[in-house]
Amino acid sequence: MLKKPKFNFSPVPDYSTTQLTFLVILRLLIGWHFFYEGFVKLFNPYWSSAGFLLETQGIFKGLASSIVASPAALRVVDFLNVWGLILIGAGLILGCLTRAATLSGIFLLFLYYVFHPPLIGYTYATPVEGSYLIVNKILIETFALLVLLVFPTGGIIGIDRLIFRAKKTNKKRKK
Amino acid sequence: MSQKGNKSTKQTTEESVQKNTLKRRDVLKGLVTIPVLGPLFYFFFRKKWLDDLKKKEILDELGLGGKAPVVIPEAVSKKPSQLLRLGVIGFGGRGEYLTKCAGFVHPDWIEEKKKDAKEDKLDKGLEHFLNQEDLNVVLTGICDVFDIRAERGLVASKNDIRPGGGSGTLQGAKRYLHYQEMLESDDVDAVIIATPDHWHAQMTIDAVKAGKHVYCEKCMTRTIDETFKMVDAVKKSGQVFQLGHQQRQQDSHFKAKQIIRKNILGPISLVETTTNRNSPDGAWVYDIHEEATPENIDWEQFQGPAPHKVPFSLERFFRWRCWFDYGTGLSGDLLSHEYDAINQILELGIPKTAMASGGIYFYKDGRDVPDVFQAVFEYPERDLTLVYSATLANGRDRGRIFMGHDASMEVGYTLTVNAEPESTRYENKIMNKIINTSLPLFTYRPGLKGIDTVTSATEQYFATRGLMYTYREGRHVDTAHLHVKEWLDCIRNGGQPSCNIDRGFEEAITCHMATISYQENRKLEWDPVNKRIV
Repeated sequence: MLKKPKFNFSPVPDYSTTQLTFLVILRLLIGWHFFYEGFVKLFNPYWSSAGFLLETQGIFKGLASSIVASPAALRVVDFLNVWGLILIGAGLILGCLTRAATLSGIFLLFLYYVFHPPLIGYTYATPVEGSYLIVNKILIETFALLVLLVFPTGGIIGIDRLIFRAKKTNKKRKK
Repeated sequence: MSQKGNKSTKQTTEESVQKNTLKRRDVLKGLVTIPVLGPLFYFFFRKKWLDDLKKKEILDELGLGGKAPVVIPEAVSKKPSQLLRLGVIGFGGRGEYLTKCAGFVHPDWIEEKKKDAKEDKLDKGLEHFLNQEDLNVVLTGICDVFDIRAERGLVASKNDIRPGGGSGTLQGAKRYLHYQEMLESDDVDAVIIATPDHWHAQMTIDAVKAGKHVYCEKCMTRTIDETFKMVDAVKKSGQVFQLGHQQRQQDSHFKAKQIIRKNILGPISLVETTTNRNSPDGAWVYDIHEEATPENIDWEQFQGPAPHKVPFSLERFFRWRCWFDYGTGLSGDLLSHEYDAINQILELGIPKTAMASGGIYFYKDGRDVPDVFQAVFEYPERDLTLVYSATLANGRDRGRIFMGHDASMEVGYTLTVNAEPESTRYENKIMNKIINTSLPLFTYRPGLKGIDTVTSATEQYFATRGLMYTYREGRHVDTAHLHVKEWLDCIRNGGQPSCNIDRGFEEAITCHMATISYQENRKLEWDPVNKRIV
């Protein structure tokens, strides 16, 4: 019996239609969420990550304060955050460079999580809409993206299908 | 490619057909999610359009733009070409602060701030100081009855680490043992008076008579009699006088004035303002300097015009605000700021009547001024009451609120306007759900993207009341610096500072009405014709 590989990053895995449908829907929903979060910030001249950073708890507290203390660093972080969200969202929706978008999304969400960890003893002034202990929606969304990373769909439904096909064809041609 | 050439024509056609079909399917599957962006953009812009429309409709109704108010300074500000020579009378906490606002600090302060910035990266005290505008002044005179403080002032006057510093040409100030000697000197053009209140009137009168311009700390005077004499002297002299209500430079106050002018609140029947502090420092229990002795403090000069002469007391010297002999307690120290802020925004003037009450309920430390104090002022001609409520034993922020029939407005460093659910003016808009009364109708925060830190409880209190800093063109500026600058601008270029002697007169009379009402336990009335209290 052939040993199954631990992770299958192949852009065209074999899914049933139902599996594929729900994986793509999950990708679209997360993509929508990222895109909208980024877009709202882009169109709000008053938005800044300073409020979020100032409330940082835990090991990244010092780093967050230094970012807020420097207007230049804050501008960079604001810019990266807004455009990161938009590009990751677009990547997920369009299935364009899906793996890069998924990995970046995981990284960004992980940052949000560790800057505001919902751990015992940490309280935040920013209101949350639910009650969380260790597990919050950011963590769940992070893992949803991890699921999408190991069950990729961009190569089947998404622009990646064209990009990677073109690449494959080119490779074949070179052969 | 070479294999392809060996295949039959039929096979080639079949393959190309298959390839074409695949291509079509690839394109279809590759692009199938693009339409998702359609509703995303549609709903985003629809939501934004609706929000903007609501906002526009509200702002149109209010006749306001969301932008920062145009600050029309009272004084003409030109590049300060003429060097002005300043003398400081009273180099205690406030005197040192105002000197910093004029551009001079003690080297120890710089070291302290460097340490603070290391510990807390958000502490930008030093950066803000060095970025402060150079006002082209030098310190030529320091007068303090406490030798150690006077020495500190002399060192500060020579410290070239300052905005616009580095020329190495600072001569430093001369110490004067008595303020009269400083006033007689030709080396001083203008004086900052930051002594206890009981000295303000006499020193200002002497200073303007000696041809010096005066920046005087609040409360302007300690008694009603002094007030008349001081106003008379300043007016006769023609010297430029500024009273130290620095919150007159607060950006949000200009916005508040604009809102009042547009009658957004409707008829205002009640204005409520408060003081809420809960720390020994906030209750004037200041540190007593370890090295202070009767030998290095000129106690007799300190007492000066104080009504009761008492033996040397370190407590009275350092915590003078706790005694009526030197000030008027909450009334002159903090009601004066609150009153002046409201007078700036509403131009109320002196009230018709005043009634005050309170007591020493928490700090039973030998003081004779109340630590809980309430004052009610009536303005029948304006159809409104002004209520001041203060405690030094609770820090709950109760804001400064203007209550109108159509909306209420809270003003501090920020500004918020909330529509009244029963408003007549906004009735339709509330009914049509354009105005949601549970959300602010309008908020204004200067320097929106800026973040600042405040370190002590007292500083936090001052910051929320708009007394610490504001923003001008996106830059963090100390309001007291702007207030000193305005005074200097008027000295150089003419004009009247925003808190001139007329505003000072109104402030002093109003505060003293409350003080006397508390002390004599009666309601006081102001006779505007004969200019006296009945």
